[in-house]
Amino acid sequence: MSFLEVRDLSLRIKGEQTRLLRSVSLSVSVGEVRGLVGESGAGKSMIGKAVLGILPRAVEVAGGEIWLDGQNLLALPVAQRRRVIGAKAALIPQDPLTALNPSRRIGPQITDRLVDILGWARNRAEARALELLEEVQIADPARVMRSYPHELSGGMRQRILIASAFAAEPKLIVADEPTTALDVTVQKQILRLIKGMQERHGTALLFVTHDLGVVSKVCQTISVLYAGLMVEDSATAAFYAGPRHAYSRALLAATPKYTDPLGSLTPVPEAVIAAVRAEVAAADGGWHG
Amino acid sequence: MRLLTTAITLFGVAVIVFFVIRVVPGNPIAMMLPPGATEADVARLTALYGLDKSIPAQFLIWLGGVLQGDFGTSITARQPVLALVLGRLPATLELSVMALLMAIVLGGMAALLGTLRRGGRTEAAIDIGNGMALSVPDFLWGLVLILGLGVFWPVFHISGRITPSLDLPFVTNFYLFESLVRLRFDLLVDIVGHMILPALALAIPLAAIIGQLLKQSLKETMHLDYVTLSRTKGYSETHVILREALPNAILPTLTLVGVQFTFLIGGTVIIERLFSYEGLGNMAIDAVINRDLPLIQGIVILFAVIFTGVNLLVDLTYAALNPRLRHG
Amino acid sequence: MADVMDGRGAVRRKGGLRLWLSACWLAVVVVVALLAPWVAPHDPLAQDLFLGRMPPVWMQGAEPGYYLGTDSLGRDVLSRMIHGARIALAVALFAGVITALLGASLGLLAGFMRGWVDLVISRLIDIWMAFPPVLFSILLIAVLGPGLSSIIIAIVVIDWTRFARVVRAEAMAQGAMDYVQSARVAGRGRLGIMLVEVLPNVLPTVIVLLTLEMGIAVIVEAILSFVNLSISTDDPTWGGMISEGRASIHQAWWVLVFPLATLFLTVLAFSQLGEGLKDRFDPVLR
Repeated sequence: MSFLEVRDLSLRIKGEQTRLLRSVSLSVSVGEVRGLVGESGAGKSMIGKAVLGILPRAVEVAGGEIWLDGQNLLALPVAQRRRVIGAKAALIPQDPLTALNPSRRIGPQITDRLVDILGWARNRAEARALELLEEVQIADPARVMRSYPHELSGGMRQRILIASAFAAEPKLIVADEPTTALDVTVQKQILRLIKGMQERHGTALLFVTHDLGVVSKVCQTISVLYAGLMVEDSATAAFYAGPRHAYSRALLAATPKYTDPLGSLTPVPEAVIAAVRAEVAAADGGWHG
Repeated sequence: MRLLTTAITLFGVAVIVFFVIRVVPGNPIAMMLPPGATEADVARLTALYGLDKSIPAQFLIWLGGVLQGDFGTSITARQPVLALVLGRLPATLELSVMALLMAIVLGGMAALLGTLRRGGRTEAAIDIGNGMALSVPDFLWGLVLILGLGVFWPVFHISGRITPSLDLPFVTNFYLFESLVRLRFDLLVDIVGHMILPALALAIPLAAIIGQLLKQSLKETMHLDYVTLSRTKGYSETHVILREALPNAILPTLTLVGVQFTFLIGGTVIIERLFSYEGLGNMAIDAVINRDLPLIQGIVILFAVIFTGVNLLVDLTYAALNPRLRHG
Repeated sequence: MADVMDGRGAVRRKGGLRLWLSACWLAVVVVVALLAPWVAPHDPLAQDLFLGRMPPVWMQGAEPGYYLGTDSLGRDVLSRMIHGARIALAVALFAGVITALLGASLGLLAGFMRGWVDLVISRLIDIWMAFPPVLFSILLIAVLGPGLSSIIIAIVVIDWTRFARVVRAEAMAQGAMDYVQSARVAGRGRLGIMLVEVLPNVLPTVIVLLTLEMGIAVIVEAILSFVNLSISTDDPTWGGMISEGRASIHQAWWVLVFPLATLFLTVLAFSQLGEGLKDRFDPVLR
């Protein structure tokens, strides 16, 4: 079994019939980087949130299972589920400006999980945090540990969040659009940093993004979502060589290429949209809830 | 700038109270002399207290005294006003602080519970309770508490500050504080038993305000990314609320609590009367009834000083708690 | 999306119920007060020392016809409560309306005229905020002497700042808006703009505050009666009854309980009515 296995996961808004996620299955093995691609609202972020147990209060699981390291998360009581997730998985959030608590110093925000959840001694956790801050190329980590978030730049904060995610050596990291909120110039560095960290630490990485260009650089496997339905699940090389699904093909054609950034882009044809919508409707027809 | 406006405010209070009480009908001197005193006696005493001079002249004399720490002499008690007022101040301070602490604990718990159970029946019940507590002022809560916990189910004292027959070893008037320091838990229980109902009456409306406001800002904070991130670290929802959300949600509540605390202190006047609690407020009402002009002045000024002082303190605390202000 | 399940809909619906319950209770109080001489079973001032401290009718040893018992002078508690409603409502109405007029006018002036007018009024508000209000009201009654008009004056003098503060802030906000600026460009006079453009916009706020103020006025009257500074010791006021009830609480709890419950419900109703109106009409205070 892979480290993370999502089986037939369906999500919906409480009290409503329409599903946000329609029987999605995917798996991520240790050392694997899986890209999760789709337009906004396709449900790609919801998968990451469901895995980490942070779905919005209005959203509920309508069916399916999430297995993390051999444990069915959805069968666990809430408190225990959180501890399992906290010990084995971590999140690299989207917006570094809002993901650090403004009233707490950086140091404790990195070490808190190690001390409180994993029971490390404080000085061991602090040594570990310093080590990680150096690994993400932050100068003067001791000073940064004592700083408040508002004293640091956005790029610095994203590095800190990456270091913090790797602190407990989790076997799975969910990166939720980790470069979207950043400056274009910083994006590349951060991407390279995440990739490098993932390789050194041998983590499974679920990389949520809307940017196919990013996927090609980082991911080994790729899942494409449309309206909560998974339309493609391929190895990245195979995907770029020839996507199986018409929607994926159209999406790829609509993505600027780094080799030819000024080349003309084709919007997703309406016929393709109609076809994929029919598919979504068919998936709903076979589902009784 | 801050100090200047404070000074103007205090001066304004002094002027207003000084002139208002001098149009009070009823001659305080005639009231304190035994029946049968002659006109000459009255005149002599009136001159002694300076009440024969014009009101502006009296004010200047009084102001001159105040600037040297002399607030005049009480007409009824025939003691320096300052000593009398400072003797009663500890009782009122202890009551106010106790009420404030109770309000923070009660309101804080309501806010935390409401945030933890948001969207459910528990939150709806807390909202209704808050609404009730907020709508009814301390005076009525005091009466309700007297009936409920003093008469029908008599678990607490409803009058006085301490059982009079007790032997008191205290050297200050901070009974509660001193009994704590001296480890006299027998006295402590008695004092708290007297204090708890008036303090609760003062605390209920403030607790509701804290509960409402803190819950609102906690709920806003609960959507933020750093709170979500903390959830993924394995913490329980209670821990997430307490450590991540609370420190950031508390600042807007704090400013309001400062202003509300001054209202609470103002409320001690009637609550002390209601519970026959020997504090400043009770003394103030007696002073008005007895037309003890110097004493009234002294008490009102002291209240004004406390009010402006609390507001100043809140501003300083706000700056100290907000890391963004702290680091410029 | 996370707000979908916030339960706000439920609160709204309850808000409507709250509004109606409050209005109904106040309507009952008003009707009873208006019809006091006809609905009260006894003369509220009639003493009968042989009937002192009779318990309510459902208790043992009660005197028939005295439904809620009698006080220490043998006066009927129910009749005194009914007549007390007249005084409470008179204070609520007159004190509330006059306070609203004075406070709102000063607030409007300060907020719209700015300059030295604002400076003076704001400084006055600061000074007023530094007074303990209960002590201030007791002091004023000592100056003015007891009586209904003294209570009303005392409430007006003390509470005008409640209106002035809110209306001033609101008038300032309105004054900065485009429609006021364009009215100014169109050559309208300051007073005209203030009355025609700004006043209608602060009116809902004032009405909500007025409802709340009426509840406060009822309480202030009770507090002043309680310290024996209100109207006169004979007149049936809720506060006076409470004061008497507090003194004989161990012998005759009913003298305290019934006026207290009535006062409690009335204050609650005014306040809930105000809150309900606020939710419904007032975009400013919400």
